[in-house]
Amino acid sequence: MRIRTTAAIAAVSSLALLTGCGAADMTKQASPFANAQGAKTVTLSVQSWVGAQSNVAVAQYILEHELGYRVDTVQVDEVPAWDALSQGRVDALLEDWGHPEQEQRYVKDKKTIAPGGDLGVTGHIGWYVPTYFAKKHPDVTNWKNLNKYADQFRTPESGSKGQLMDGSPSYVTNDKALVKNLKLDYKVVFAGSEAAQITQMRQFAKEKKPFLTYWYTPQWLFKKVPMTEVKLPPYKEGCDADPEKVACAYPHTPLQKYLNADFAKSGGKAAAFLKKFKWTTEDQNEVSLMIADQKMTPEDAAKKWVDSHKSTWKKWLS
Amino acid sequence: MATITASPPRVGLPALLKHRAVHKLLLLALAAAILVPLANARWASGTWPSALTVDFSEPLAKASDWIIDNRDSHPLFLYFFGHVSNVVVIAVRAVYLTLLAVGWAGVTALGALVAWRVAGVKLALGTAAAFLACGLLGMWVPTMQTLALMVVAVLASVAVGVLLGLAAGLSDRADRVLRPVLDTMQVLPAFAYLLPVVLVFGIGVPAAVLATVIYAAPPMARLTSLGLRGADTEVLEAVESLGSTARQRLLTARIPLARKELLLGLNQTIMMALSMAVIAAVIGAGGLGDRVYQALASVDVGAALAAGIPIVLLAVVLDRVTGAAGEKLGAEPEPHSGRGWLIALAGVVAVAVAGRLVGRLDWPDSWVVAIAEPVNRAVDWMTAHLYSGVPVIGGTADWAGHFTTWVLDPMRDSLQALPWWGVLLIVAALAWVIGTWRTALTAVLAMAAIGVLGVWKPSLDTLSQVLAAVAVTLVVGFAVGIAAARSDRLERALRPVLDVFQTMPQFVYLIPVVALFGVGRAPAVAAAIVYALPAVVRITTQGLRQVDPAALEASGSLGATSWQQLRQVQLPLARPALLLAVNQGLVLVLAVVVIGGLVGGGALGYDVVFGLAQGDLATGLVAGAAIVCLGLMLDRVTQPTERRAKKGA
Repeated sequence: MRIRTTAAIAAVSSLALLTGCGAADMTKQASPFANAQGAKTVTLSVQSWVGAQSNVAVAQYILEHELGYRVDTVQVDEVPAWDALSQGRVDALLEDWGHPEQEQRYVKDKKTIAPGGDLGVTGHIGWYVPTYFAKKHPDVTNWKNLNKYADQFRTPESGSKGQLMDGSPSYVTNDKALVKNLKLDYKVVFAGSEAAQITQMRQFAKEKKPFLTYWYTPQWLFKKVPMTEVKLPPYKEGCDADPEKVACAYPHTPLQKYLNADFAKSGGKAAAFLKKFKWTTEDQNEVSLMIADQKMTPEDAAKKWVDSHKSTWKKWLS
Repeated sequence: MATITASPPRVGLPALLKHRAVHKLLLLALAAAILVPLANARWASGTWPSALTVDFSEPLAKASDWIIDNRDSHPLFLYFFGHVSNVVVIAVRAVYLTLLAVGWAGVTALGALVAWRVAGVKLALGTAAAFLACGLLGMWVPTMQTLALMVVAVLASVAVGVLLGLAAGLSDRADRVLRPVLDTMQVLPAFAYLLPVVLVFGIGVPAAVLATVIYAAPPMARLTSLGLRGADTEVLEAVESLGSTARQRLLTARIPLARKELLLGLNQTIMMALSMAVIAAVIGAGGLGDRVYQALASVDVGAALAAGIPIVLLAVVLDRVTGAAGEKLGAEPEPHSGRGWLIALAGVVAVAVAGRLVGRLDWPDSWVVAIAEPVNRAVDWMTAHLYSGVPVIGGTADWAGHFTTWVLDPMRDSLQALPWWGVLLIVAALAWVIGTWRTALTAVLAMAAIGVLGVWKPSLDTLSQVLAAVAVTLVVGFAVGIAAARSDRLERALRPVLDVFQTMPQFVYLIPVVALFGVGRAPAVAAAIVYALPAVVRITTQGLRQVDPAALEASGSLGATSWQQLRQVQLPLARPALLLAVNQGLVLVLAVVVIGGLVGGGALGYDVVFGLAQGDLATGLVAGAAIVCLGLMLDRVTQPTERRAKKGA
């Protein structure tokens, strides 16, 4: 045993020596790839959907070309992104769809994250059917008639019921409870990732097949696959408080930005710019479509948008 | 010899063995007759009774809250994890900055000259071509980031692995304790421990390196221990008779004798570390993996492939170079090898300095070949023409549909319809017939643990997918393997294909798989088959080729046709290899259950992904643990006890 203790002590003390003695602050560690050639770096978190990529691409372009920063981007899911933000691994999160639990913990209690204001885009989650199908069967757009169409939405995966396709596990969803509480003859099938969900929707659309899916606006895919929302029982404040008993539609959420608290205070021009960053749904979709459909790199797409919208972004820098 | 009872009784088997299997089954039936009514009376239910589950969500949620609340203040973090994290960051940064400073020409020269010294001219050219290809694809900087991360992760894995291996190789007690630990480290899906690692270290490089070490250290440990234990006893006795101390014996005899195993361990560790490069991107490690992952978000297969190819190239180059080094070990050392190294070093310095003087450190932007667009067009064309409406054979969507309805659904439904004690009985019977009562007990306990964890139903769903995937993999893999064993040309042609399939990050082919098979369990099965097939093909080919040629000639001279030879001589003689193929097929299919969750596989794979995405330790860890239990159970049910010793290799 003695050898092992000595070894452990040696290991710990050499660790301490290597990194400088004393306490190591876990909240003050940037990426090893940051500041590689002596430039100031801002680290932005990107979420897996294209809208979030567009925000980041434009912010990155302006930070790099107008303000002289170097920008690192990191792709993380939403909840881990909050955690990363509180630790200073990323400096800003540009599009949050509402995480009350995280907000309470990090913004209100620990004060390690500071609100960064509105993004200017309002998000909405809902159930959608392709417009080509809704035109043929106009009454499908009310939830009360969904059971009538269940067998048309059937897939091998949903068995004898209709399929309601959900996407990435990181998204906010009440769909399982909704199907149960509204007594719908449907099965929620999780595509597991947005990429899989989009691919499947495009395949269905190519064949003009009917489908019912969880989806959200703003989203570039609407331009490629026009979809119509299905009316659910109207949303009222607090009707989604108990996740087991939800029987109402999803709210309209003004999307929020959040900054690491230290960065918000001492982030200089970059922090001031990110706080003022605010654009419209149309702006975001324009960039998203360039990235996702025309397969431009986010950088080229951002450049194209920035070149043609000077008046919008000049305001963010003043 | 008891192992042979595993197969259905064949003519020529000693009657005694058959008796033993029958005895075991009779005993089991007797036990069942007593226990089942008891169990049924108390907990009459089809699925696992809720009275026998333990809910872990409360304590796990508490643990994760504690970590988040204390991460910035508790001494454990300030004085231990914080320093670990700092060291990792500093080390990766140092390597990365060095690589950038050497420049693209310098790095390429360094790679090529090292390959030349350890593996010869051919591999040196290959290495240089691989590095240049990374640059041409526009991936130079991400490649260097991944390389920096890999260098640190591999060094750490080797250090940890050698330490564990020394302990296991020198002490039987340590070996017994370590074996299940190493098994768990390898079977536990990486996604399941990403979350705890992220909680402690936060997202980014330190967490990625740590997660990689957990995954990549076991083969190093196993092979180190194997090498130490396999050392020639005569040599050791001779050394001992010279009056050396235990430490001297270890350093001068046992470790040098284990060189080959150590090098093989290094090779395996490198490969496993690279396969984590993409998964590590999920927690923000940057580099090539991040590019693949971001391309996935915009459904861009071409861009994902552009980032995936450098990973494949790195893997193939590193594999070949370390492999060649291993083969050279046995040979006589070349004369003037010191001078060769000096020339190589001088060459690297000259190229690096030249690059610096010309001011060409970064890869020139104009030297980039854009492959994304043509690739996307090819994928679109393929899916558009294969998805549906293919005359006679039907489109891939139809196949997927039929496979789901006719194979996956009945399997899942019948597994889930079995009473819980029925499942345990089947597991016990299979494991006991093939092994000993100990293996049977382990298998049953593993299965029971799944019930206790409260994930009985989703686990059986996952099990049905795994079994279906393994069945298809084995049918296809054996067929291709047999064909490759009989034709050298086919084997050579297959080699690069198998390399690509084995090392290509799974994220790259997720989109094509969904585009072909739709969302659901069918694409999950397809992705698993793509991943597991190469290993099965390789092991089958190798097993068949190693069959004693004398036996073949003998049967040939007796006038056996080539089909008879295959069926009656080669296949029976290659049995151990075929069993190993079954086992590896299972392990690999199980390893991509989580990836299946990303394309609609549902069940345990989805739960693991969900846990990571939602920061939900309880869901993720419990599902991960259930996957481990499934793996343990399947291993015990399919592998006779005898093979176990070889597992490390």
